[in-house]
Formats: sequence, C-alpha cells, structure tokens
Amino acid sequence: MAYRSKLKYSDVTPKADFLNRRQLMGGAGALAIGSAAGVLPKWAEAAGKYSTDATPNTFEEISTYNNFYEFGTGKGDPVANAQRLTTDPWSVQIDGMVDRPGNYDLADILAKVSIEERIYRFRCVEAWSMVVPWNGFELKQLLDMAGVQSGAKYVAFETLVRPEEMPGLRRSGIEWPYREGLRLDEALHPLTLMATGLYGKELPKQNGAPLRLVVPWKYGFKSIKSIVRVTLTDKMPPTTWNMLQSREYGFYSNVNPNVSHPRWSQATERQIGGGLFAKRKPTLMFNGYEKEVASLYDGMDLKANY
Amino acid sequence: MPTDPGRKGVLFVSVADHINRGSRRVPIWSVYLLGLLPPVWFLYLGLTGGLGVEPINALERELGKLGLQALILGFSITPLRRFLGVNLIRFRRSIGVLTFYYIACHLLVWLVLDVQILSQIWADILKRPYITIGMVGFLLMLPLAVTSNNWSVRKLGADWRKLHRLVYPAVVLGGLHYVMLAKTWQTEPLVYFAVILTLLATRIPVKLLTMAKRGQGAV
Repeated sequence: MAYRSKLKYSDVTPKADFLNRRQLMGGAGALAIGSAAGVLPKWAEAAGKYSTDATPNTFEEISTYNNFYEFGTGKGDPVANAQRLTTDPWSVQIDGMVDRPGNYDLADILAKVSIEERIYRFRCVEAWSMVVPWNGFELKQLLDMAGVQSGAKYVAFETLVRPEEMPGLRRSGIEWPYREGLRLDEALHPLTLMATGLYGKELPKQNGAPLRLVVPWKYGFKSIKSIVRVTLTDKMPPTTWNMLQSREYGFYSNVNPNVSHPRWSQATERQIGGGLFAKRKPTLMFNGYEKEVASLYDGMDLKANY
Repeated sequence: MPTDPGRKGVLFVSVADHINRGSRRVPIWSVYLLGLLPPVWFLYLGLTGGLGVEPINALERELGKLGLQALILGFSITPLRRFLGVNLIRFRRSIGVLTFYYIACHLLVWLVLDVQILSQIWADILKRPYITIGMVGFLLMLPLAVTSNNWSVRKLGADWRKLHRLVYPAVVLGGLHYVMLAKTWQTEPLVYFAVILTLLATRIPVKLLTMAKRGQGAV
C-alpha cells in the first residue's frame, strides 16, 4: 500500500495556491490591470492567454448536469451517486513507453506542477455546451515527469473501476474501464489540461475528481474523468465510445460543425443556463480553438477522421 | 382443493366489478380536465427551474414519455377487458385524444424550443431515422385524433374501426423512437418497448386463432 499516503494531496499543495482564482475574477479587464500592477503570479498571465472571455456557467450548472456513466446514465445521476467516491488517497499508474513508469501519488504529482485557471468552452457531442473555469495543469507536465520515450505516438487513459462506489458499473453494454486516448502531439498541446479544480474549489466528484482530462477542442467524452492510468504507446488505443459505435464516435472526435453525428446535426449548440427559451448558436470549428490546434490536422481529411 | 381457484375467481370478478361500477361514476369531462394538466405542470416546472439546468431537453423528454404512457394506457384497455374483465372502454376516446395532445406538445417543444431553425427541422426529419420514425408515428395519429368524435364514427361506419387500427403502427413507432434516441441501450426505453410488444402480443393470438379456425373450416 505504498501509494496510500496518509497525507492528503490538498495538504501538500496548499489550497490557497492551487485554488487561488480570486485575482482572476472580473475577467480579462481585471487581468490586464492585475498584471500591469504586478499583483498576479506568472501562471495567471499564462492563463489569460488560453482562457476565453465568455461568461462561465454557474458552479451549480456545471456540477449538476453531467455525463458520467459510472454513476448512471441520467444527467442528474452523477451528482446524486458520486458523493461516495473515495478520491483521497489517489494514485495514477503511468506505464508503457516511459522512462519512469510507476504508481504516481497524486500528492506527489501536484507538488511538482503549477496549477492555473483555464476558462474553456466545453462542447458535448450531444449538442449542448458550457463555459467552464477549470483549475489544472498542462498534461505535458505530467508526461514530462514520467519521461516519454521517443517511439511513443499515443497516450491512453483509463478511469477508475470501483463497483462498490460506482453504481453505474453494474449496467451492461459498456466494457469498463472507460477508456480514452490522444495522439501524442494532441496530448502535448498547451491547451490540453489535467483538471483538479473548478471555480477555485476542489473538483466535484461528478465532474471527474480528483483528476480529469480537459481537451477543449474535442467533444466532451474525450475529456476522461477520474483518471487512474496513463499509458504511452505506439498504437492508436481503443476508446470507449468508439468501441461502442465506431460509426458515430471517431477516435479524433474534434468539434466540427460540418460533420454531423449520424443521429443529429452538430452545426449548432445550446449553451446550458439559458432556460426554456435559450437560443441555439452556431458551433465553431474545433470549438473555437481553430487558431491554436488546426495545424495539428494539416492535410487530414476531417470528414473521414471524425 | 377445487374451491380455491373458484374463490379467487369470485374475488377477482368482484374487484373488477368494483372498478367497473366505480368508473361509471367518473364523468368523462373530469378525465379531460385532469389530463390537460400534466403538460401545463411540466411547463411551469421548466420555467421555474424545476426541470434542472437544461429545461428544454427535460421538457421534451417528459412530454414524450407522458405521450408514450398515455398511448400504452389506451392500448391496454382492450386486453384489460378481455383478460381481467375491467371495462374502461368509456375512457378510450378521452385517453386517445389526450395522448394526441401530449405528443403534439412534445412535437411543439421540439420544433419551437429545441431545434428552432426551420431548415434544420426539415433536415432532421429527413435525415435522422429516429426523428423520421417519430414524425411518421405522429402523422399516423393525426387522422385518429380528427375522427375521435361521434359524427365521424357514424359517417365512417365500419371504416372507422379500420382507420383506428393505425394506432398499432403508431404505438410501435413511438416505442422505437424512444429506444433509438439514447446513446446506448438503456433500460427505460427498452422497458417501454417491451410493454408495447407484450400488449401487441395479446392481440395477435385472437387473430391467429380465427385464421387457424378458418383454415380448418376450409380443409
């Protein structure tokens, strides 16, 4: 039980450090004033570069409307059923083509990374969206910790499987654990985040505590929750929704308004929080991150590689 | 123990009798009045946050499920009478009309609140099988709703019964529509579909039996 450290990861990384977002409230304007006055730490300036200035959804919206099938298939199931999940202690097994494979205690990981706030657009494959103020660190920092070997081309992720705390696992149809994957260049992109918090608070369990992936230019299901395993490999890894219905869910699953889901259009989306009369708005290519990530897919047919 | 089944049978008949007698005292207008309320209630919930942070989809689902439940209720009136002696045939028209009202509300929410964009509505109906199926189901119910009155029954005579057999494909399409819209095989839609198929099965033997009898007669 070496990884079962008594120390909580929240003890190692002072909450004030990794959760400090108060200085960022008020958006870009305050940010500009803040950095001019030299009040903000360095990471906060970096956060501004990648964050959208759109108004974030409320904490309640983000934490009560979730897809997390390990806790049930209804949108309200995760908040109702996830609270029993033990997220501390937590460790992540990093293996495959890395120099330093092993069980990494989350506390140790968090001691070595810099947490920043990233306000990202989040687009679900079901054609709804949110704006989420995550706290987290770039996935690259974790991969650097393990030392990616030169032959590695993909990163595979797995979610925790703990039937006694995850009532949704009993349902058949999905082959657990939930699996996701990225191409290595996608994984190393500075937008790709490992989130540990939300709104400056600990990540709610229904949102994938204590550690989840956030890839803002891909459909939400790529952003795998409650990660316990990260594997570097030279082969494209199997991914859960693709295993279930490959015609509907591709490995890439980049947000693309021009490629419909077979059962619904992806041209528009509805942002959660607009009430009964919310208007649909056009979905943006790569969820609005085209400038940052389009070059990753130069020369690729995005209709074939959906 | 030859008396036991008899006693049970008597008990059962008396329960059915009670229901039959009691239901005779329920005025039809009260069924309509009560039946009108659920969509209004869901709309109220949607407007006041009672349906969660995504009320459009929730309202759409609640109304669709309500329609399917009413469809199943209306569909079970005949087997209830045939197998259990419970006679609710007086309410069949009101339940049928209310079913149409629920499905129409469901469709309206989809058109006006959900998809909103006219070109996309048309594209969805043509291109998305589960929407095509739902839409066909609704269209099949349209002539049923229009002819749910005494005048039509008199005017159409025997054709009225034939016309109203459209409810069979409509209820199957409705159940299928629900099964197909989920991302994976989910329990609830499958339960609805199983109930629909079971109710459908209660009607098949009679037909098959009469056909078989006719066949025997011919030989």
